[in-house]
This record gives sequence, C-alpha cells and structure tokens, in this order.
Amino acid sequence: MRGKSLGRTWPLYTAVSPYYLLFAVFGLFPIGFSAYLAFHRWDGLNPVTFAGLDQFRFVWADDTFRLAVVNTLIIWVLSTVPMLLMSLGLASLLNSVRRFKTFYQVVLFLPSVTSIVAIAIFFKAIFDNDYGVLNDTLKGFGIPTVQWFSGYWSIKILISLLLTWQWVGYNAIIYYAGLQAISSDVYEAAKIDGAGPLRTFWSITVPLLRPVILFTVIISTITGMQTFTEPQVLFGANTAGNGNAGGPGQAGLTMVLYFYQQAFVNNNYGYGAALAYAIFAIVAVFAIINWRIVARSDK
Amino acid sequence: MSTRVSTSTRPDQITTTAPRRARRMRGLGPHIPLMLTVIVLLFPFYWTVVMATNASADFYAATPKLVPGPHLLDNIRMVFSSINFFGSMTNTLIVATSVTVLVLFFDSLAAFAFAKFTFPGSRVLFAILLLTFTLPAQLSTVSQFVLMINLGLVGTLQALIIPAAANAFGIFWMRQYISGAVPDELLDAGTIDGCGFFRQYYYVVLPIIRPGLAFLGIFTFVGAWNDYGWPLIVLVNPDRVTLQVALAQLNLAHGTDYSVVMAGALLAIIPLVLVFLVFARQFVADAVKGAVRG
Repeated sequence: MRGKSLGRTWPLYTAVSPYYLLFAVFGLFPIGFSAYLAFHRWDGLNPVTFAGLDQFRFVWADDTFRLAVVNTLIIWVLSTVPMLLMSLGLASLLNSVRRFKTFYQVVLFLPSVTSIVAIAIFFKAIFDNDYGVLNDTLKGFGIPTVQWFSGYWSIKILISLLLTWQWVGYNAIIYYAGLQAISSDVYEAAKIDGAGPLRTFWSITVPLLRPVILFTVIISTITGMQTFTEPQVLFGANTAGNGNAGGPGQAGLTMVLYFYQQAFVNNNYGYGAALAYAIFAIVAVFAIINWRIVARSDK
Repeated sequence: MSTRVSTSTRPDQITTTAPRRARRMRGLGPHIPLMLTVIVLLFPFYWTVVMATNASADFYAATPKLVPGPHLLDNIRMVFSSINFFGSMTNTLIVATSVTVLVLFFDSLAAFAFAKFTFPGSRVLFAILLLTFTLPAQLSTVSQFVLMINLGLVGTLQALIIPAAANAFGIFWMRQYISGAVPDELLDAGTIDGCGFFRQYYYVVLPIIRPGLAFLGIFTFVGAWNDYGWPLIVLVNPDRVTLQVALAQLNLAHGTDYSVVMAGALLAIIPLVLVFLVFARQFVADAVKGAVRG
C-alpha cells in the first residue's frame, strides 16, 4: 500500500497527531487525575488529604445520590421507551409517503439542533404552574390544572416530555435511514403472503432494523442517563442557595446535576471525582444490559 | 403485480367510485399523524414568537393572547439592559467559528490519513479513537477545570476552544466519507506527479470533500453554539459568558417576566435556525446517508 518508507510516513503521523495530543492533555490526563482525586479530599484551596475509599463509601451511603440515581432511571425510562416507539412509528410513516418528505425531515430534525436552554425556557412558559399556557387552557375549559413544577411524578414527566420533544424526530430520521436500506422486495413478498401493515411492521421492519435500534438504544442510554441541562435550567436555580438542586422534593435531581452541584457549587472536587466514576460505572452497566437485551431478542 | 391480478378477476368493483376514494384516503392516512407531529414540534417555536411579541401582563390576563403582538422591541430592549447580549453573542460566535474551522481542518486531515493509507500503528490508533468516543465527559470535567486553572485559562474562551479543536466523531465520520468519495486512482495520479501527502490533501482531497465538510461544519457549529455545561463551569466571570449561559442568567433574573425571557430565547435561536434552514435539505440528506453508514 501507500506510505511504506519512513520518509513517507511522517506526514501521516503529523496528520493524525492533533487529536491524540489534545486527548492526552484534555482527556487521558484529566481522567487519570480524577481517579487520583477520587481517593483524596480537596476543595481546590486547602491541601489535598488522602481519603482512601472513604468517598466511595459516601457514594454508597449518600441518600441524595441514591435519590438522584432513582430519578435518573425513572426519567430515562419515561423518556426513552415511548420516544423510541414513536420514532419507529414516525419513520415507517415517513417511509410510506411521497409528498412533503423533505419538509417532514427538516421539521423532525429542527428540535435536535435547537439549544436545550431555549427549549427548557419554552417548556417552562408552556407548563408553568400559574402562568403556563397549558394550565390557562385547562382553566378555560374548567378542567383541573396540573402542578407540573411541584409533584414527584409531574416533574419527571415534564423533563421526559422535554427530552422526547427534542429527540423523537432525530431518532425517527435515523430509523428512516435504516428503513431506506431495506429492500422493497421484502415488503412486496410480505404483501403477496397477505401480511397486514401491523404484522409487516413487527415481523419485518423491526427485526431488519435491529442494528439501528441497537445503536439508538445505546446512544439514548448513554445520553439519557447523563441528563443535566434540562433539570439544571428548569430547577437548578430554585434551591441554589442550599446546594440542593432539582426542584421541589429534589424530584428532578439527576446524577449529573448532583455531580455538578457537589463538584462546582460545593467545590467538593474529590467527592465530585468519586461521583463521576460511580456515574460512569452505572451508565456502563445499563448500556451493557440494554445491549444484551436488544441483541439477544433475536429469535 | 398482485393488485392487478385481483382487479382483473373482479372487474366490476374497480369502476365504482367508493374504492377509489378509499384509496385516496389511504394515501392521506400517513400524513395525518405526521402533520400532528409537525404541529407539536413547531408549536413551541410559534409560542416563543407569541410570547416574545406580547407583554408579560397579557399572559396574566383572563384571556391570554394567542397571536403575535406589538411589544417585541420593548422586550428586546429589556433583554439588552439585563444581560450583555451582544458581548455573549460575540463570544459564542468566536468560539463556534474557531472550533468549527479547527475541527474541519484537523479532523479531515487525520481522516484522510486513516482512510487512504496504512502505516505502522494506524489500526491501533484508530481503535483507540473509537474507544475514546465512549468515555463520558464527567470523568474528566473536574480535572479539566483544575488543569484550566493551572494553565491560566479559566474564564477565557480558549478554555472552550482548545479542548474542542479536534474530535473523535468528526475523524470517524470524515474517514467514512473520504473512503467513499475520493477515488484511489486520483491519488495515484497525484503521487506520480510527485505530490506529497499534504499537497494531495490540499489539491485533490479538499475540493472533493466539500459537501462532507459542509455537513460536519454545520454539525460542529450547532454543537458549539448550543454547548452549555462546560461553558457554565469554566466561564467563571458572569460578565464574560456565552449566549447559552447568558440566556440561563436571563431566565434566572426575570423568573416570571416571560415575554422578556422569551425574547432573549428567540434572539438566541434565530441565527442558528436560519443557518440550519438554509442548509437543511442537504444536511438532512447527509445525515440520513451518514446514519446508514455508521
């Protein structure tokens, strides 16, 4: 192949080196230093003191972190499962139409390129307990209003709705791309065999899309379990004074929001680093579990 | 084929209008849920415009406004007086533009090397690249902040630009793109003419991969424009922040004065939505292609 001799390979190493240099300085070194910090107490000002496994014991015994883990899992299930099912439905609808195809694709993509901060503000304006347009409308029809920003479940549903609104179209586009790769002969054959649209969907579309579904499930697991901006903008500030973010009852406190609070509001660098490793482990475990579930559901 | 067989056996049914109308209705069928989805996805944008162009008092009234009003300029004036809008917009522009230019250059150069050459260690290096892709940001966040303090970069825009100047996703994506888009024969012809690696990159590869660069460029620009977590952490001076952080500040400061907050949100998303809509057709087509390859 090309580039055998040493004189010819140095430009290649030069070409690939920037990423590796940046990763070494801003990725590898910090990850290693975080591991060191996780075993030490440090607030950024006073001397570093050795803590051993103490901080990991805190993670284990920390009720607030446990709450954050449960919150994150609930929000993740509430958002990911209905969202991916809707995305699949939208993708097959999109695959079945001829007109307005590009228009639908552009609109489906639009929320995913819109800033999460702006979207959180939209949702606050729509769902606000007292001034939101939704409760105004409900009041107008004499229907009891929902205190979206106050309840244990309603806060989680609100954040899940926000995540769903932002990513349902993006996932639909990815599924649509997968559908395009399925030969139309398969569908013709199914039609001749007398399969209805629902049967075709479950027996042909879903199995053939499995690799794409696997990809979206893993991406949704990794990103969904690191949800931060939405609860930070919606609820981070309300209780910033006492360092307990996440809204009333901390119902919207996610793992990464708690990590942010500990590390950068309370300046608890060591504990923050320990939490980061705990979050990494939890996300990795769930990503692997989901991988096996989706990959194994092969008949 | 199958339909023609069935109609030819019962020719009496096709002449009646009822089945034809039913067929047309069936053609309309998928559009109804799609249109409903479009309405749900676009409503927040419409509602942002409605709120940003009315006064907050209009929404506290018994019959709130449902259409755009005349108060946009008043609201924008309030936005300008409560946050440093143009300053933060400039910061965001500087960061997003620098990151995009650097990413396009470094990523496409590395991608060219990985796509068209094998050299000692190239496969291991590429495997490492894919591995780094999966590491979550929080693992390095705390230490990266400490590192930025020691480099004297806390509070500066360089703290946002330098770590983002090259990324694994872009190299991976561009490698796929270059593998398919750049023919080997053209490179061989270049080699015979005595072109080295960098001249081949500049004269042969760059002109061909322009559409790929456009996609990666928009993707990177949008990501940098909307980034929130790291700027929130590292831009410690509240007067020198990016647009997203400023928007969150505005949201804090004006709690329930929605019209002002929404005017700020509108100003913050308009440039990006315009950029996206201009390139949308091509962008979506590339995204669909990329998703299949990836």
